[in-house]
Amino acid sequence: MADVDSGGGSGGGHGKHQKKRAKKLSTKLDMTPMVDLGFLLLTFFMLTTTFNKPKVIGLTPPVKDTSHVKVDTTSLTVILSGNNKVYYYQGLLAESSDKNNINITDFSAKGIRQVILGKNVFVSDLIKDAKAKHDAGKISDSIYDRVKDSAEGKKKALFVIIKTDSVAKYVNVVSMLDEMDICNVGKYSLIDATKGEIDMIRDYNQKNNIK
Amino acid sequence: MPKIKLPRSSPSIDMTPMVDLAFLLVTFFMLTTKFRPEEAVTVTIPASVSTTKLPDNVITVSIDSGGRVFYDMESKDVRMELFKDMAGRYKVTISTEDEQRFSICGAFGQPMANMVKYVEAGEADRKPMNQASGGIPIDSAKGDELADWVNLSILADATIQANKIAAGQKDAKRAAFAIKADKNAKYKVVKQVIDICQKQGVSHFELITTVSSRPKT
Repeated sequence: MADVDSGGGSGGGHGKHQKKRAKKLSTKLDMTPMVDLGFLLLTFFMLTTTFNKPKVIGLTPPVKDTSHVKVDTTSLTVILSGNNKVYYYQGLLAESSDKNNINITDFSAKGIRQVILGKNVFVSDLIKDAKAKHDAGKISDSIYDRVKDSAEGKKKALFVIIKTDSVAKYVNVVSMLDEMDICNVGKYSLIDATKGEIDMIRDYNQKNNIK
Repeated sequence: MPKIKLPRSSPSIDMTPMVDLAFLLVTFFMLTTKFRPEEAVTVTIPASVSTTKLPDNVITVSIDSGGRVFYDMESKDVRMELFKDMAGRYKVTISTEDEQRFSICGAFGQPMANMVKYVEAGEADRKPMNQASGGIPIDSAKGDELADWVNLSILADATIQANKIAAGQKDAKRAAFAIKADKNAKYKVVKQVIDICQKQGVSHFELITTVSSRPKT
C-alpha cells in the first residue's frame, strides 16, 4: 500500500507472489502515558484536598436583657479598647475619679492571662489533680471536662465580664474568649462598656499619659 | 568446580498492583474533593486554641476588615428556595436559571437591587463587582437587607430540612450560624451583625478561627 520500492530494504517484500501476511501486533500495550497521567492526577488531587475543617469558638451572646450580669466584689470586669489595650478592674467601678480602680494590661502571656489566673486560683486548685492526671494520659478528655465544668460552675469560681468600646477590634474579643478557655473561666458575659467606664478610662489615660 | 548459576530474574517488574492502587487513590480524591468557587471576600481569621470543629450545615456571615458583610451557605436546595423568596419579598423578577446560578455562586455581598445582575455575570465579571460592592446593607436607615436574608434563610432551611425528614433522611439538621470576621474588623460591626441575627431568632454563633497551640498554664 504505502510501500515504496526502496530497492532491497530489509523489511521490503522481495517476491511479488509472496502471500501478504497480516502484521503481528503485540498484545501488550504501552501503558506508560496512562500511568503518568494517573499519577499526575493523583498528585493534583492530593495537594488540593483539604480534610480539616476550620475550628470554631461557640458563642451564645446574652439577649438584650442583661439583668443576669450581677456584679459583686469578686467579679472581674475587662474592657477591650483600641490598640490592643485591655483595661480591667475588680468588683464595682469606683464612684469618683480620685478612687479610680482601673488598671491597664495587654494580650501578651504576661498580661491579662496572669491577672485572670491570679484571681481564678479557686478553680485551678480544684482541678489541679485532674489536670495532672489528664496531662499524663491517665484520664480521658471527657472525664477531665466534667471535672473542669463542675469546678468552673461553682459559686466561688471567677466571673468575668468582658466589655467592649466602640473601637475594639474583633481579634481582641476572640483573644479574650480564648483566654477564658485557657484560664478555665466558665462564667463570663460579653456586653458593651457603660458610659461611666469609658469616662473612667479616659480619666485613667490622662493621668498616666497613655495615648 | 561447577559454577553457581544465579537464577536470572527479569529486569522488568509487574507494576499492575501499583497502578491499580494509584487509580484507586485518584478515584478517591476525585470523589472527595469539593471545589469551592473563588472566595468573594478576603478575610484573615483570628487564631484560637479551640478544637471544636465547624458543624456541617452552616450559614456563614463574613465580615472583612472594612466592615463589609458577605453571606454564604452550603446547601444548594436552600439557596434556590431562598433566592426565590428574596426575589418575592423585594419584588424582583428572576428566572429558574437565575436560581440555579445563585445556588452555585458562593459568597455574595451585593444589595438586592444588584443581585440579578451579579448572578447573571460570569465568574470573571463578579470579581470587580465584589470589589466595588459595599457588602450587604446592614444599616437600618438604608434598609437592613441582612435581616431579610437571615429571616428567609431560616425559613427556607426549615422547609428543606422538613422535606428531608419527611423523605426519611436521617442526616437532616437545621443550619447553624457561623461568623467569619477579619481580625481587624471592628467588633462594633460584628456586634451589629450578631444583633440582627438575634432579632431573627438566632441564639448561638460559631466564630470561625484558625488553630494555635495551647499555652501552658
